Amino acid sequence: MSAAVLNVALVGNPNCGKTALFNRLTGSRQKVANYAGVTVERKAGDIRTASGRLMRLLDLPGAYSLSATSPDEAITRDVCLGRMAGEQRPDLLVCVADATNLRLHLRFVLEVRALGLPMILALNMCDAAARRGIVIDRAKLEAALGVPVVETVAVRADGVGTLLSQIDGALPPPPSKRPAGDLHAEVRRLIADAVSMPRRTAVIDDALDRWALHPVFGLAILSVVMFLIFQAVFTWAAPLQDGIDTLINGSADWLRTVLPDNTLRSLLVEGVLVGTGSVIVFLPQILLLFLFILILEESGYLPRAAFLLDRLMVGAGLTGRSFIPLLSSFACAVPGIMAARTIQDPRDRLATILVAPLMTCSARLPVYALLIGAFIPQQTVAGIFNLQGLVLFALYVAGIVSALAVAYTMKLIRRDTIEHALLLELPSYRVPHVQDVLIGLWERASIFLKRVGGIILTLTVLLWFLSTYPVAPVGFAGPAIDYSFAGRIGHAMEAVFAPIGFNWQICIALVPGLAAREVAVSSLATVYALSAAADDAAGQLLPLIAAQWSLATALSLIVWYVFAPQCVSTLAVIRRETGSWKIVAIAAGYLFALAYGASFITFRIASALS
Amino acid sequence: MDQRLRDLSLRTEAIVDRVEDLQSPDPIAARLRDLGFVAGEVVQVVATGPIGGDPLVVLVGYTRFALRRAEAARVFVRAAA
Ligand SMILES: Nc1nc2c(ncn2[C@@H]2O[C@H](COP(=O)(O)OP(=O)(O)O)[C@@H](O)[C@H]2O)c(=O)[nH]1
Repeated sequence: MSAAVLNVALVGNPNCGKTALFNRLTGSRQKVANYAGVTVERKAGDIRTASGRLMRLLDLPGAYSLSATSPDEAITRDVCLGRMAGEQRPDLLVCVADATNLRLHLRFVLEVRALGLPMILALNMCDAAARRGIVIDRAKLEAALGVPVVETVAVRADGVGTLLSQIDGALPPPPSKRPAGDLHAEVRRLIADAVSMPRRTAVIDDALDRWALHPVFGLAILSVVMFLIFQAVFTWAAPLQDGIDTLINGSADWLRTVLPDNTLRSLLVEGVLVGTGSVIVFLPQILLLFLFILILEESGYLPRAAFLLDRLMVGAGLTGRSFIPLLSSFACAVPGIMAARTIQDPRDRLATILVAPLMTCSARLPVYALLIGAFIPQQTVAGIFNLQGLVLFALYVAGIVSALAVAYTMKLIRRDTIEHALLLELPSYRVPHVQDVLIGLWERASIFLKRVGGIILTLTVLLWFLSTYPVAPVGFAGPAIDYSFAGRIGHAMEAVFAPIGFNWQICIALVPGLAAREVAVSSLATVYALSAAADDAAGQLLPLIAAQWSLATALSLIVWYVFAPQCVSTLAVIRRETGSWKIVAIAAGYLFALAYGASFITFRIASALS
Repeated sequence: MDQRLRDLSLRTEAIVDRVEDLQSPDPIAARLRDLGFVAGEVVQVVATGPIGGDPLVVLVGYTRFALRRAEAARVFVRAAA
């Protein structure tokens, strides 16, 4: 036996408050990783008990049953059975059950007990149970189950004391392995003996659901919630993003003055600093989005939204749960793809991840703004609409429609007719707990920075290299980038992109534009040898391209950006979330094909008409 | 009287009679049984989705579940006593 370290695993139904309990027990000493070979999150943390013993606490994914129906549940089953490669079989199971939901949760408790491992039952949410007048005879339940039963309130600082001292004591004797009889009948017996339940559901839940699930009001509430979130994300994030931008440009300027003009400076400033900057600039938006998603998740509203929209999404080969990831992708596909973790079904999750990049993310806006400003006349349509606004709106709609179409096509291609269940629990409404929300936020931020940031930074430095070397000889006529690898690649690309109307300047700008879509604007400025600082690059560029490009070329480039396959961050996060380069290749491939096809058609039609 | 949960009217209590497998094995039916759709349990449809009345929100035991109609078709109920 591994000396004094005790392996303790938390198991329980989804929504039993397991995450809150784990946070309460481990605080911020958590390690989040993935289980070997799968993209299921593994959360572990060490705790030292009052008597000085070290415990390794593992938070297993929530499960309704050990007869697993999702990869999450399979992990829980395999770890409990000691069949999971690379994981120790737990010495002690802490089975968590929601005291207000025992009819469901006790069945799983009985299933876990039949494993014959030493276990403790934690009756969580005892505060909520007391408020609803639910009385549980703990001693009777303990006697009937034959395992220690303790009450916990995971959201209160003093709510886990008894659990901790129970864990700290001698291991409880393993429950005798008995043949699993009719578990439901046994649950009914246990409840009849030990639980008095005045009402099946909470009055407040019924009252809220009457509105939240209503066919008309429910959708209205959902629209308002989404609208407010979007407003907040864009209005609150903007000043923060400007601040970060100023800070990075300021540091870049400062470095340029203090360092000698050499390769190292160029690498530091143009490569590392600007590269990191292009990642961090999105952090405020990403964090705000995650904040709202976490609040929606914790409060119990998220599954309600999924319920309301399920029918719509199923029609397109997705699921109600795809909604939040896709909505987040309007800000940025990175948090959107990460939010797809809430979809347990692997097929639905993959479909959602693959179409998320089609939602018009905010990084496309600078490009749209430039092109629309230069080529779409300011005029009023039908008396009230602004033509430029209409075009922008049409671009958003084009993104959504193509996402639905792609999802639908994938459904047809897959041709698997296996029914995938919704079977979604609508938990009780809860007031989100600040500490849990903050820990969740911290977790996602570090995943983004550590795992995605690394890849993005590497690639940005690579792109810097391509745009800087070889250095143009003295007296080279034209912008330096034209001489570099990026320039040569751009010229070589022209052969491929000429049929869709892209000139070599656009092709070159597409290369560094890989780092982030909006970088294409400043790259174009570089190609056209504008020496202006980034913030008025667009202003100077606008009349220039308006004079030099044909309308067909501009429209073709706009349409290209509806699909815009060239976003390294998105591809990096797809790699990270699916663990598969093949899927990255599929995503990049289909986006490229769509972009090329749509631009080709646009260019041909526009050329023919003009 | 034998009725499918799918066809139960809103806010009417009924008692589960059985869950039928649509194919074998039927993991969805098995999961429904695990979640508490077993003979004798009281169920009630408490809400229906905005488009085509799909999915349903069903109260079983102390828990609400959203089920698509196709899933709810596996559950047979009889009138509450
Ligand atoms: N009142 C109360 N709320 C709790 C308790 N434990 C967890 N919660 C809340 O219940 C909700 C679901 O908890 P969470 O830990 O996310 O559930 P999980 O799905 O089991 O991980 C969250 O809003 C928690 O804040 C508790 O003991 N009392």
